[in-house]
Amino acid sequence: MRAMTTDITKTAATPAGDDASRTPLIRWIVTAGGLATVASTFTAWTYTDAFPGDLTVYGYPGGLQILTLVAGALVVLYGLASLGIKGLGWLAPTGTTKALWFFALGAFATTWFTTVAIAWQLGGLANLEPGAFAAAVASAVPLAAFALPDDTHKAKRPRELPSWAEILLIVAAFAVGMYVITYGIDTEYSELFTGYLITVGFAVAGLIKAGLTARLSGLTSKYRQVTVIAAFAAAIAFPFTQNTDTYTLIAVNILIFATVALGLNIVVGLAGLLDLGYVAFLGVGAYTAALVSGSTASAFDVQFPFWASVLTGAVVSLIFGVIIGAPTLRLRGDYLAIVTLGFGEIFRIAMGNLDGVSGPRITNGPNGVPNIPDLEFFGYNFGESHTVFGIELGAYANYYLLMLVAMALVIIVFSRAGSSRIGRAWVAIREDETAATAMGINGFRVKLIAFALGATLAGLAGTVQAHVQHTVVPEMYQFAGPVPPNSAFLLAAVILGGMGTVTGPLLGATLLYMIPAKLQFLQDYQLLGFGIALILLMRFRPEGLIANRRAQLEYHENDQLDVPDKGLTGSGVGITKAGA
Amino acid sequence: MKAMTTTTTDIATSPVLEASGVTMKFGGLTAVQNVDLNVNAGEIVGLIGPNGAGKTTFFNCLTGLYVPTEGKVSYKGTVLPAKPHLVTMAGVARTFQNIRLFANMTVLENVLVGRHTRTKEGLWSALLRGPGFKRAEAASHERAMELLTFIGLEHKADHLARNLPYGEQRKLEIARAMASDPGLLLLDEPTAGMNPQETRAAEELIFAIRDQGIAVLVIEHDMRFIFNLCDRVACLVQGEKLVEGTPEVVQGDERVVAAYLGTPFEGAPGAEEVAEVEAAEAHSGGGGATRTDEPAASAPTTRTDAADAAGTSESASDAPGGKGTTSQEGETQ
Ligand SMILES: Nc1ncnc2c1ncn2[C@@H]1O[C@H](COP(=O)(O)OP(=O)(O)OP(=O)(O)O)[C@@H](O)[C@H]1O
Ligand SMILES: [Mg+2]
Repeated sequence: MRAMTTDITKTAATPAGDDASRTPLIRWIVTAGGLATVASTFTAWTYTDAFPGDLTVYGYPGGLQILTLVAGALVVLYGLASLGIKGLGWLAPTGTTKALWFFALGAFATTWFTTVAIAWQLGGLANLEPGAFAAAVASAVPLAAFALPDDTHKAKRPRELPSWAEILLIVAAFAVGMYVITYGIDTEYSELFTGYLITVGFAVAGLIKAGLTARLSGLTSKYRQVTVIAAFAAAIAFPFTQNTDTYTLIAVNILIFATVALGLNIVVGLAGLLDLGYVAFLGVGAYTAALVSGSTASAFDVQFPFWASVLTGAVVSLIFGVIIGAPTLRLRGDYLAIVTLGFGEIFRIAMGNLDGVSGPRITNGPNGVPNIPDLEFFGYNFGESHTVFGIELGAYANYYLLMLVAMALVIIVFSRAGSSRIGRAWVAIREDETAATAMGINGFRVKLIAFALGATLAGLAGTVQAHVQHTVVPEMYQFAGPVPPNSAFLLAAVILGGMGTVTGPLLGATLLYMIPAKLQFLQDYQLLGFGIALILLMRFRPEGLIANRRAQLEYHENDQLDVPDKGLTGSGVGITKAGA
Repeated sequence: MKAMTTTTTDIATSPVLEASGVTMKFGGLTAVQNVDLNVNAGEIVGLIGPNGAGKTTFFNCLTGLYVPTEGKVSYKGTVLPAKPHLVTMAGVARTFQNIRLFANMTVLENVLVGRHTRTKEGLWSALLRGPGFKRAEAASHERAMELLTFIGLEHKADHLARNLPYGEQRKLEIARAMASDPGLLLLDEPTAGMNPQETRAAEELIFAIRDQGIAVLVIEHDMRFIFNLCDRVACLVQGEKLVEGTPEVVQGDERVVAAYLGTPFEGAPGAEEVAEVEAAEAHSGGGGATRTDEPAASAPTTRTDAADAAGTSESASDAPGGKGTTSQEGETQ
């Protein structure tokens, strides 16, 4: 072992003979490039305001320039950190070089995207001011980072901070995170959203490479309660930052989508049951709520209070779940996928046919049930604006907060059920059904519980959805379509985000909702894009964007030794010599 | 060691497992035919037989993974239903020949899954997290860690099962099976793929399990292991039980030797001669050693072991038992 280490150091040192003197120079160049990029955002990039966002002003950055500014600032920060400036060491626990690569790429890509977009939209390079050319050149300079030697190393054990400071760090991280997400939801034009995706994507990759996210997740797992509270506080704060209802509606829809995806995650992620018609259970809940809502188009002339309609919706979904699950879950694997796929379609078509012409008049057929009244709790009408803490909250803010409660409920169900006897039985069944039954697990029963629980949660979300949308139509519950949630997108959100995790489907659902909502111009290419993205994901990160610990170990065996080490405090594994 | 074993057998004679007339047919193939086998409390019983003899199939019939075509299996006097989870519930636990751990669960979680039948907490209890739930979880964890300590894997509780070395995976399967507090443990080739040290450790482990009052029925190809360990040994050949008795009796039975050589066992002309020739060959130095170097390693090993069992030679070879081609070996003779 000794000999090997020495060898490595030697071989690394020999070619680095004159590199060693060049390295600091490159670092300075990178930093300067970042600084120049930042500076360039204060100039005008184009002459007219024909390009959205005000990029014509000297003196302060606007629109896409702000993203370039952020990307450039990250390059500067990490450039300085790589130069060993005091007080910046915490930025990169596992090394700066790879982080710099991503930040440099981010700055470059954001800037060039902006300049190319201007030239493209306004028809020619003539539309670019000198500032834009300067920015394009400046942002290319940090790419010199690719000439830097890789300094990735294992993170030292972080310095112990007093716990109030650690908690403050968590709060700060969530505040920043929420600000970033809010910024994304609030982006007004698709160019800005595209730029946002580019910047955020590279920035997050860089932060991961720098080891900062690992440090943060170390903190969050230490203070779980604080983390959960901080996350919900950040989420509750969102409607207070909004002046209009436009983006709150988007947020409500994201929440509905994410909540249903989380429910599906119990079925797919934990129990390993492939449910291709999950959206139908959302539909069952929504239709049930719509039919008992007192809407004129409903065949039933009743108006349930909300709590009763939630219960009815959930119970009806549960019943459907059991009816679908009971005969199929006795069989293995693929039958369930086919039956649920069929059920999803049957539900949609049946709802379209219960119109009094092709069948009994119940659902008003393809026109759906319109005019579903707003909810009312003890005189608190969800359809009206309310003023809270002196801030005017629009109607959708009410639904947003209600949906947040529903999501909290689903998260609690997911995490509590997941880490219990029944949750372990689900995972065992997923891993090896024969061995699981030989361990005394009644496979059918346990699978049926997972399936019915998933259906119930989707039905519950559906009851809220009916009131948010004010209308339910059969076409909202397709297998695949351009508008989420549909069964294919739900599944994609779970797989993209990370199966078996809480945050994974939330992230997956957010991305899968925002991208089609913000990038209208994609239209027909959207599904193609998703297909390609999913294939790439499965190739390069099969565990999804957010891996649970198990999946992390499962797909990246080289990393697995790190995990037990982290758990062992005081075993002295902190300082390992690697690289230069 | 032997003395101790005998005394235990004397004390405990009430049968834990009674299998009578178990027959399993797959279409035209009769994998297990009319097998009777009893396991008494406190006993370690061995089940041997050449590859494809139907040992694993017999296990599957006992544990409800297969529904036997005919026959009856009862555990402590009550007939076992042909549902695996009910069999485990009743108190019969097993391991698998081809390790079937929950590969992507941690070592501890694997054992916790084994506790499934001995805990009751359902979905509601998990969601509400009352004091009863917490107590049950804590008790399960404690028992699981106890078992991990018992097999010596407590320091790897947080590792993924799939990342354990082979020998430890086999031990973990035993711990997982024991987590269901069984009265009878069925082990299917627990030392396959283990090195001699590990095999010896496994032997100690099985004795320790027996000393906890758990009866053990074990399938194994390693004859030295089986004859050291077991109070009684049954030999299965082509689905039928050929002999059953103390290790000495089975060791001395020429039909067993013949069966391991791949010779048809029932009144086949010349079976004895072949066995004698084989035994002589194995005995006449050199021969045995060169055989063991052959690529089809396990067949010669079992052969040597069988010869050893017949009391003809003392072989130094200690290759692991496993999949071999006994019939091929027979043809080449
Ligand atoms: N599910 C099945 N369907 C058809 N045939 C089977 C099935 N399971 C086992 N068999 C056959 O039954 C016979 C007995 O197999 P079994 O696995 O019980 O042998 P074994 O004694 O355990 O052998 P080994 O020592 O190799 O483990 C074999 O011929 C096998 O091919
Ligand atoms: Mg077998």
